Amino acid sequence: MAPPDPRPRQSDPPPLLTMSGITKSFPGVRALDGVDLDVQAGEVHCLLGQNGAGKSTLIKVLAGAHQPDGGDIVWQGAPVVLKSPVAAMRLGIATIYQELDLVEGLSVAENIFLGHEPATAGFVRSRAARATAAELLARLGHPEIDPRRLVGELSAAAQQIVSMARALSHDVRLIVMDEPSAALDPDEVDNLFRIVGDLTTGGVAVVYISHRLEEIRRIGDRVTVLKDGRAAARGLPARTTPTRDVVALMTGRDVEYAFPRRTGKTTPQEPVLRLQGLARTGEFEPVDLDLAPGEIVGLAGLVGSGRSEILETVYGARRPTAGRVLVDGRPLRPGSVTAAVRAGLGLAPEERKAQALLMLESVTRNVSVSSLARFSRAGWLDRGAERDAARRGVRDLSLHPDDPERPVRTLSGGNQQKAVLARWLLRGCRVLLLDEPTRGVDVGARAELYAVIRRLADDGMAVLLVSSELPEVLGLADRVLVLREGRVVHTAAADELDEHRVLDLVMEGSPSC
Amino acid sequence: MNHTPGNPTSRRNLLLGTAAAGALFAAGCTSNENNDSEDEGKQPAGAADDKPGKKVTVGFAGPQADHGWLNAINQQAKRRAKEYEDVTLVSTEGSNDTAQQIGQIETLINKKVDVLVILPADGKALTQVGLKAMKAGIPVVNLDRVFASPQAYRCWIGGDNYGMGLNAGRYIGEQLKGKKNAKVVELAGLDNLELTRQRTAGFDDALKNYPNIKKVGRQAAEFTVESGQSKMAQLLQAHSGFDALWNHDDDQGVGAERAIQQAGRDEFLMVGGAGAKRAMDAIKADNTVLKATVLYPPTMAASAIDLARALGQGKGVGGLAELEIPASLTLYSAVVTKENVDEYLPTGFS
Amino acid sequence: MLNSPGGADTGADTGADADAVPGAAATLTKAAGPPGPRAPAKGGLGGLRGLGRLADLRNLSLLGVLAVLAVVGGITKPDEFLSTDNLQLVLTQASVIGVVTVGVTFVITSGGIDLSVGAIVALASVWATTLATQDYGFGGILLCAVLVGLGCGLVNGVLIAYGGMVPFIATLAMLASARGLALQISDGRTQVVTVKPVLDLGLRDSYVLGIPPLVLIFAAATVLGWLLLGRTTFGRRTVAIGGNPEAARLAGIDVRRQRLMLYLLSGLCCGIAAFMLVVLTGSGQNTNGNLYELDAIAAAIIGGTLLSGGRGTITGSVLGVLVFTTITNLFALNNLQSDVQQIAKGAIIVAAVLVQKGRSTS
Repeated sequence: MAPPDPRPRQSDPPPLLTMSGITKSFPGVRALDGVDLDVQAGEVHCLLGQNGAGKSTLIKVLAGAHQPDGGDIVWQGAPVVLKSPVAAMRLGIATIYQELDLVEGLSVAENIFLGHEPATAGFVRSRAARATAAELLARLGHPEIDPRRLVGELSAAAQQIVSMARALSHDVRLIVMDEPSAALDPDEVDNLFRIVGDLTTGGVAVVYISHRLEEIRRIGDRVTVLKDGRAAARGLPARTTPTRDVVALMTGRDVEYAFPRRTGKTTPQEPVLRLQGLARTGEFEPVDLDLAPGEIVGLAGLVGSGRSEILETVYGARRPTAGRVLVDGRPLRPGSVTAAVRAGLGLAPEERKAQALLMLESVTRNVSVSSLARFSRAGWLDRGAERDAARRGVRDLSLHPDDPERPVRTLSGGNQQKAVLARWLLRGCRVLLLDEPTRGVDVGARAELYAVIRRLADDGMAVLLVSSELPEVLGLADRVLVLREGRVVHTAAADELDEHRVLDLVMEGSPSC
Repeated sequence: MNHTPGNPTSRRNLLLGTAAAGALFAAGCTSNENNDSEDEGKQPAGAADDKPGKKVTVGFAGPQADHGWLNAINQQAKRRAKEYEDVTLVSTEGSNDTAQQIGQIETLINKKVDVLVILPADGKALTQVGLKAMKAGIPVVNLDRVFASPQAYRCWIGGDNYGMGLNAGRYIGEQLKGKKNAKVVELAGLDNLELTRQRTAGFDDALKNYPNIKKVGRQAAEFTVESGQSKMAQLLQAHSGFDALWNHDDDQGVGAERAIQQAGRDEFLMVGGAGAKRAMDAIKADNTVLKATVLYPPTMAASAIDLARALGQGKGVGGLAELEIPASLTLYSAVVTKENVDEYLPTGFS
Repeated sequence: MLNSPGGADTGADTGADADAVPGAAATLTKAAGPPGPRAPAKGGLGGLRGLGRLADLRNLSLLGVLAVLAVVGGITKPDEFLSTDNLQLVLTQASVIGVVTVGVTFVITSGGIDLSVGAIVALASVWATTLATQDYGFGGILLCAVLVGLGCGLVNGVLIAYGGMVPFIATLAMLASARGLALQISDGRTQVVTVKPVLDLGLRDSYVLGIPPLVLIFAAATVLGWLLLGRTTFGRRTVAIGGNPEAARLAGIDVRRQRLMLYLLSGLCCGIAAFMLVVLTGSGQNTNGNLYELDAIAAAIIGGTLLSGGRGTITGSVLGVLVFTTITNLFALNNLQSDVQQIAKGAIIVAAVLVQKGRSTS
């Protein structure tokens, strides 16, 4: 079935917003590769796409937080340049981010009017601000929120209402909402939909980002699907497009992932890592898992499903509220990274630069940091041995360029990731925990990384892999655990699963009509 | 660190006063004539003396003692008050923080002491509370650091920084009288204090009278031993030979003397300042370059108690024709040398 | 500017971003094409690296400043300045604050700060010169000073590393408490040392080959500090937790224990410095160590240690100390008064930092 013609019909009024050919690159990654989007006044336009498809970059461009490298934006018929968030706000574009950007130490009223406080000659008119804030909150259906209360004391749902009030305190024509229902209860979601309805009746356009197909069907008018930095489909009717088609548009790739073949060895072994009823209240429910040497197990699911949290809890960066982790049959001291490392675990964190790399240092020092004792006697470092070991590690993983004295920040994302892996190899770790290993790594380098990971596993490394990219999980892992909202909903061998099935499991979608 | 010289003559005055009173009394007893007509025109009987009189509560607000001289101020006041049966001393904890000291003095005012003796952390900043006390009917004896308004105190007693410098300069001038092209070096205290500048001014003025003497170097230390050692060492290095050194403060002098010892230099004569016991011992022993020191002795605190007592008893100071205690008493910065050191040793502070 | 890796210090370069090497970065991300012109780039780097090994660019600029000061001294007061006596003087006066600065450099490199160093020196010097301690002679004084320093360092370290207190606040509290305690123990009095061996150590007769013992201690502290920071696992861990404490933690480093050790080290340096000060002045006074924290931090910063942590250089810090000590010396020799000295010191700090910034972005 051919996708419906996304071009606006002659009888339609001109769009409120048109984005054409928007491109945006970051070092090593092309986040937006020519995105087209048009939004009508008074419509709810839903934006769908997997993680890494470019949704957040696109809305940041629209919010004026990122400058696009190329493309045009036409607003109310005139071309505009959104130089900054202030510029976007002045035009009437408000954004409510998923990670709310509220100041916890300030009151509700102060947050609502942050940056545009009602003032006379520099003095803020607090009472006027509070009165207006109260009005806005009442309109949003929450008159009970006291404008004087500190935002930090409010519940997540209330904070979101404050965020919305802030958006509404401006003269808005378009509101972008990024996963607004993620932290809400069902009745709060109803209130949210009522607000959205009120807004659109008043002619305000809403760009609504969500994974929940049933929501999209309830309030959406049209849907645009992003994939790999492009609009795979534009302006699909929200209520009538079959789920099957939507999912198909979200998945399926131009570039063939080159996944190395599995060796398919079946010698059963004693698990090197074992999770027994490991849980953290509010993050993930008790999970059991056995991981054998040479096995790659993938945790699949959306952001917020608890995958990274499980990984971090295993590693000791978070303390479990229940259950335990066993390494070689011995329980691991919970909440201690040093204990985990000593037991042979290694973590390649999600945020490479913030959480793993010492950006001021050379590759050698980044690689050796977990194994300093190996190159020292009584504390005295043998820098020659350190350099040799780093050189070997760099060569083993085909790190490029292979001069280990280079500062690590001059490396591309893929090579930086290899440096992190080299660190754990040098340490001689036996269980590798990988959190989004190919984030910020371009396509060519990914293939190399996959080959490296596969080889490590073949050599006996046990790997626990978390990734938002389903093809990656399915391609690399031997076994997959599918997680949804903190719970394991399915376990199977990777061969038995495909993207569609997994997406069905992770998204709350109604069956295709 | 402020230094105000004590008055070594206060005790003498008292002795004189007592003797005078005793003599009058004796004279009065031998005769049966009308005493009034005989006493008229002679020493007023209203001088404060050793005999216990009306009870006086003296409030004392002093400094925080983080320097030997300041410590001695507090000790002198307390010791002096103990010597009088009729004096009850109520003293505060001692503070260098103006806000804190204001609070302490207000407490004393509320306690309704008879007389207040105040050595303010800063004269200007404490003027208001001095005024408050005076208005409340409590006369104030202002010790050393003067208030900004004369209405804030009844009597000021303190040292003479300019005079200190002057006497030091005079002493050195006399010692170097015959020498041609004599060179002199000065180790001053904290330069951001007015009193240091006054001392230097006095010193320079005195030296003007001796055209054969030139001041070739001056560095400012911080009234601490550490800074005394460091600045003196620099001075010694800068001037390979000089004839005299005036050091403003004997406490920083400990450091200065160490530096002199370390450099192995002794071709000059050294004059100190303030009147530490250590310095006086060294002058007496006459085995170092230190030959004299110019006083700013802390016994002024004892004299302040005397004045406060007299004020409280409605009397004057002995040895003078006046009926009341003076409004202002500037103490003399005597030069202590080997000749007279024994006299002054009891007043030396440690 | 390209890298100056390795060397005595931490091998990090002048702070340039990847943006400063745009060509190289672009080549790296174009993974599609062939590896690129590797050979010439490497050669270029190799040449500069040889130079970089001897002296970080920052250290060069400080040596430059020292050279300028020496020239000024030679011109204005040649006899007094260019003499062995004066060299001994400058080094001796630098030795106490120098030892303190070595300890402070470690703390700053790890991303922390120690505002209590002056107060610890005061407390240690006072405690070590009480009559009771002096009864135990040379050994007693030395041991007491060192133990007090370690004790204060331990308190700082526990509060910061395990108590989670912000270093600024914890060491500020120590500053106040230590000064207060020093005042209380000494009662505001100067405690003169009467133990002859201690006094003799500060006199000319004890010079070894013309070098004052205090300068020898300073030199030893510098060398040991340099080795510790650059050549040991301890030093490496220090730099790591300063550069990225989260990454260090996730790499398996016991960040808390390392921080504790660092404040202990700082305290130890203060204790040794206190003993040196007692030898130098022949006494202990609660006013000792005045503003040491600012002097040490300033010296470390102009020396090239990053205030935010992650890079530290002992050589730089020591050069920084020498620059300030030489300025004081020059001013005294030229009979310039305190106010001018202070202004000049401030101007030199600003100038030194600007020169470094200018070089690192070229």
